[in-house]
Amino acid sequence: MKLPRIKKNETTVLLVIMVLVALIMIVMNSGMFLTYNNLKGMAFQLPELGILTLGMMVVMITGGINLSIIATANMAGISAALILKAMEGSPTMGILTAMLVCLLVSGSIGLFNGFLVAYVGITPILATLGTMTLFNGVAIVVTEGYVISGFSPAVLFIGNGSVWGIPFPLLIFIGCAIAMSVLLRKTRTGFSMYMIGSNSMATKFSGIHNNAVLMRTYLVSGLCSGVAALVMISRFNSAKSGYGNSYLLVTILAAVLGGVSSDGGFGRVSGVVVSLVTLQLLSSGFNLLRVSSFLTTAIWGFVMITVMIINNIIDTKVKRV
Amino acid sequence: MKQLLKRHETYVLAIIIIFSLIITSINPNFLTLENMFDLLKSNAFIGILAIGVLFVLISGGIDISFAATATIAEYLTVIVCLKIGGSMIFAFLMAIFIGILLGAINGYLIDRFSIPPIITTIATMNLYYGLLIVFSKGKWLYTLPPYFRSFADIRVLTLYTKDGLPYGISIITVIWFALMVLASLLLIYTRLGRSIYAIGGDVISAQRVGIRVRFMRIFVYAFMGAMAAIAGIVQALLVQTVAPNSIVGKELNVIAAVVLGGASLAGGVGTVFGMFLGVMLLAIVQNGMTLMKIPAVWYDVFVGLVIIISVGFSSWKAKKSKVTSLIDVQEQSPQEKLSVQGGIS
Repeated sequence: MKLPRIKKNETTVLLVIMVLVALIMIVMNSGMFLTYNNLKGMAFQLPELGILTLGMMVVMITGGINLSIIATANMAGISAALILKAMEGSPTMGILTAMLVCLLVSGSIGLFNGFLVAYVGITPILATLGTMTLFNGVAIVVTEGYVISGFSPAVLFIGNGSVWGIPFPLLIFIGCAIAMSVLLRKTRTGFSMYMIGSNSMATKFSGIHNNAVLMRTYLVSGLCSGVAALVMISRFNSAKSGYGNSYLLVTILAAVLGGVSSDGGFGRVSGVVVSLVTLQLLSSGFNLLRVSSFLTTAIWGFVMITVMIINNIIDTKVKRV
Repeated sequence: MKQLLKRHETYVLAIIIIFSLIITSINPNFLTLENMFDLLKSNAFIGILAIGVLFVLISGGIDISFAATATIAEYLTVIVCLKIGGSMIFAFLMAIFIGILLGAINGYLIDRFSIPPIITTIATMNLYYGLLIVFSKGKWLYTLPPYFRSFADIRVLTLYTKDGLPYGISIITVIWFALMVLASLLLIYTRLGRSIYAIGGDVISAQRVGIRVRFMRIFVYAFMGAMAAIAGIVQALLVQTVAPNSIVGKELNVIAAVVLGGASLAGGVGTVFGMFLGVMLLAIVQNGMTLMKIPAVWYDVFVGLVIIISVGFSSWKAKKSKVTSLIDVQEQSPQEKLSVQGGIS
């Protein structure tokens, strides 16, 4: 009885905060905030961080963490960019091969992470710290630190195009979010992920193949990075090691803000989406006000602490009742 | 001998020796006093941060915000020193004060509102760093107070190369080593230090035997803040400029170094000597690559491999021996025994 109630409260707190932030931004930006251009801008910016956050979230649900998501995305993006460059003669084949390679690379890195965590037994944070450093390094070696840029219009459409006025990356994000939600709530694997996050010993003794589930978890996380990579190289029209490094800790922040427990076992896609929208509202709103993006970062941190404090206070009250 | 083989430090030391042999066989310049003194000077910054990280890891926590803390302490102190004059001692004291304050905020938030340390410190990192950049406008400071330069040049031991160039043990190295000795004594011989192991081993047991967990947590993060602040000043001494964005982003490397030295992210385990070896291992990899003329782009690849292989090896071993670990307790080395006692007593 107790747990669902706390969870409900957390989402409510977050929703209230989102609405408050939205109202404040609308008032402060009088008339500029709810314009088509601003909303469209937000819809283009959100997906990158959003897809990466989904990749972070799924690992956190099993009680782990994946520090290598950005390195994976860059590695996959660079591989795709190299293929695109090599196959410029045949654009269609080029794009298809690039997408395939992108997902293949990111998936393999994901499986490698899974292997290190599940079979070798390294703590997730260290395993992925190692792979993060390793693949950042490989990316630098492959590109020699240079930028690979200039893609065909078809590639640019992935990150910059719109379908019926809806930005294409947003559609990709919605697709990923729905897929992730289905995976987590409707499949055996998804259920096992939550259970491993709550108590891995219990799952082991109830006949769940923990290692296999962990492999799948990190595979899914890697694939999310791969999809994010496609959006990123298209939006930047280039690929390079080190792109989006600042996203890493923000994805953890967004996931936790969305109710994902860093100890594992809890978290829903809907909560994460609400938290992503809140963060995006803050950053777009402040951007319109010409506030430094660093102040926005500071405010993200502040909001984070505030939400956690409120949750803690609710938590202790519920416990007392 | 058997006890030695069981210790993590032995393995790290072995890896360091193997690396050193390989590097020396390719470039004999590696094993010169000059290069060693230089390594011990240029890695003092990471090494001092690592002392703080070690304490936090032993207590079962983690800190991501220390690079931001170090930068803030460094930046504010240098600005104030430029304004009012001050002295080297004043600079250190002021920085430490700022560090303790920022660290204590972390500790308080973590304990009072039971927010997971990694989340709290990511949030405070964003908060601290964001505010620093906003208020400093990202401006670099190129002119430091004159005593920063003269202090950095102090050597406790001066030797001369064949060409007559002076080199030796820098005061910065001395500060680092003094802090390590102090930290080591604190951890092994004081009640305070044993309590840190205790809360890292098992918080609830620690609480039951009467350790003030809140005070301990705040102390640990405040100590981390103090170390970060000292490291910040040391960084200013080393590079003679202050850049608001030069340290942030290196947090994970420092944590990796400490973990390589045998500290566990689960808490309750870790020694200062191990941490020193971890820092030196990464330093030697980097230094050796330069001396062996391997392009710098390969650095991350090597570090990644070192982390995965060495942590993988010890995790693999731990996984295998999980069943027998309970029986092994009695055969542990005196130091580890102490830590076990700290957890129970």
